[in-house]
Amino acid sequence: MSTAAPLLDIEHLTMRFGGLVAVDDLSFAARQGEITAIIGPNGAGKTTVFNCLTGFYRPSIGRLALHRPAGEFLLERMDGFRIARDAGVTRTFQNVRLFAGMTVLENLVVAQHNRLMRASLYTVGGLVGLPGYGRAEAAAVVKARDWLDRIGLIGRADHPAGSLPYGAQRRLEIARAMCTDPAVLCLDEPAAGLNGHESAELNQLLRDIRDDHGIGILLIEHDMSVVMAISDHVIVLDYGRKIADGTPDAVRNDAAVIKAYLGAAEDEALPPEIARDLRGRA
Amino acid sequence: MALAALPPQPRLDWTHLIKDAALAALVALVLAIPLVGVQTVEVNAALTVGTRWDWVAIGVAAVFVGRLLLMVARSLSAGRSAAARRPARIILDQRRATLLAGLGIVLAVALPVLPLSSRYIVDLATTVMIYVMLGWGLNVVVGLAGLLDLGYVAFYAVGAYSFALFAQWFHLGFWECLPLAGLLAASFGIALGFPVLRLRGDYLAIVTLGFGEIVRIVLLNWVPVTNGPAGIGNVPRPTFFGMPFVARAPPGVTTFDGFFHLSFNPGHRVIFLYYVILALALVTNFFTLRLRRLPIGRAWEALREDEIACRALGINPTTVKLSAFAIGAMLGGFAGSFFATRQGFISPESFSFTESAIILAIVVLGGMGSQLGVVLAAIVLVTLPELGRQLGDLPLVGPFLSLIGTLRMLLFGAAMVGIMVWRPQGIITRREPSLRLVDERRRAA
Repeated sequence: MSTAAPLLDIEHLTMRFGGLVAVDDLSFAARQGEITAIIGPNGAGKTTVFNCLTGFYRPSIGRLALHRPAGEFLLERMDGFRIARDAGVTRTFQNVRLFAGMTVLENLVVAQHNRLMRASLYTVGGLVGLPGYGRAEAAAVVKARDWLDRIGLIGRADHPAGSLPYGAQRRLEIARAMCTDPAVLCLDEPAAGLNGHESAELNQLLRDIRDDHGIGILLIEHDMSVVMAISDHVIVLDYGRKIADGTPDAVRNDAAVIKAYLGAAEDEALPPEIARDLRGRA
Repeated sequence: MALAALPPQPRLDWTHLIKDAALAALVALVLAIPLVGVQTVEVNAALTVGTRWDWVAIGVAAVFVGRLLLMVARSLSAGRSAAARRPARIILDQRRATLLAGLGIVLAVALPVLPLSSRYIVDLATTVMIYVMLGWGLNVVVGLAGLLDLGYVAFYAVGAYSFALFAQWFHLGFWECLPLAGLLAASFGIALGFPVLRLRGDYLAIVTLGFGEIVRIVLLNWVPVTNGPAGIGNVPRPTFFGMPFVARAPPGVTTFDGFFHLSFNPGHRVIFLYYVILALALVTNFFTLRLRRLPIGRAWEALREDEIACRALGINPTTVKLSAFAIGAMLGGFAGSFFATRQGFISPESFSFTESAIILAIVVLGGMGSQLGVVLAAIVLVTLPELGRQLGDLPLVGPFLSLIGTLRMLLFGAAMVGIMVWRPQGIITRREPSLRLVDERRRAA
């Protein structure tokens, strides 16, 4: 276990929808400069945790404390857009949500909206053409260009985002989230639908983001080759409860995890690729 | 069923074609009997029901023949490649669009002095420009921010009535009232925006439709203030830097014609009004194009594309939506003020749902978000009904064309259907990015 400072403390998070308890008394901590993976079978409540963290749901019970140099943010009390704007928690989506009709470059510039709004003096300054806004916009384009270089999309900067191949859309969505200068980046199944090569590229991109930007990354992923290769810390959910928490190695050999994935006596119920991954690495 | 059995020349299945045409003719017959076959006739100052079965017969026969020809043409072209049957496409790159826009502006500025121009044409062009301006205003809300607004006419009405009432109560002129009317309309836009923040799509459309009707009904029934259905007359005309367009000015006031040593001509006012709306529209266009390149404009478009992603990026959807409603409403308010000063008389009748529908049709047919598309669609939708009216008066071909004049609303509908069939995304579908990387590189080099 690393000794990095805790960035995000999740304590007793519970989310109920009527009688259904999607997340049940979940507590864990995510550290700065680490990739924390949340895994679990389908319906375990992983995306619900993300929705609580990023303000799309208001948790029924629990405390979500983000510790930043600027102070402490209690995410469970904040509106969705303020969590991204003020606390710096941003996310990507399981089904990619790009601004499909806008260009790749515009997607990355829109992500820098709040800084540009201030620079344009809330539109007034930009409308009369103050030089400060021009500089801010140029800086925003430079930043976008850097990200396009990193994700290999510089040649398609002026193409509509919706016209990109799926893997490129996934990378663009991560770059767009990074353009908001987040403290915590939540990735909801970033490797879903990627081929082996793209998946390896994604691993490298996520490692680089972690190492270069020193931010905390939360990762939901079904692809065990991604989880086991890049995670510093894995949390396993089953039916909304945490059943394991530790390093990838520790989790892989955890009896409760194997039981959750394999079922008590029904080996055949397990998706073959997960079974292979779990066995192969155990 | 084998592929080899496919004939090189598609064969016509006449029984099927005739059956199909007969069915279309039957539908036409059922519709035509009440709609065309029966009419009210005045006999000795009393209304009686007359019939015109000959018209029904002509109509049904026309439908039969038309459907038959259409189906024959279709089955003949069925063998051709799919590419040949794709919707028509006009290649309009940025350079050509700029050229077309520049040409349009030159033409618009020169219009009153063109040899063919008449008072009627300038007047018609003024109407077109009002709709262009309304279309540009609604384009901010519908085209950029993606918020379907069916009650846009409410802001047009607020602009018109606020000017008329300010003028009546405080004796203010057009130019003083214009910004006030815009501000008032913008605040109405925000007032509409708040309750509909959580709504989208169909639900938003229904509420905005209701809002438009509420404004109209209030104007109709709040008689002490708005004078109800009788409307407000004597709305002041705009002045040219304080110089009115009248034959005889009150003492101490120079008239426009007096100042320029012209003989008084009421046509000067018509031309002046045209230039006023042209200037207002050009300012509007410049303003929206500029906003589109600012963060707020990009946030509008992002909101249209995906509201949830906007929230995840820390964009406040409330302010983005309200700013779109406010700015769209403000532009509608300016257009309303101009409408009031041009007509000199306003009543709630001018602000019915039909107006909202026409403005929305202009935005949708033009191509959502396209400024040039709005202009083209406004020209088509405003001049087409007028053109139909005029053709009937022409000599020689008049009798035939007067039929077209009679059917002008039908033609109008057919034209709208035609645009939607051939260009389902609107006349201009191309979206120009708000900023480009290539330009930035060139600038850096």
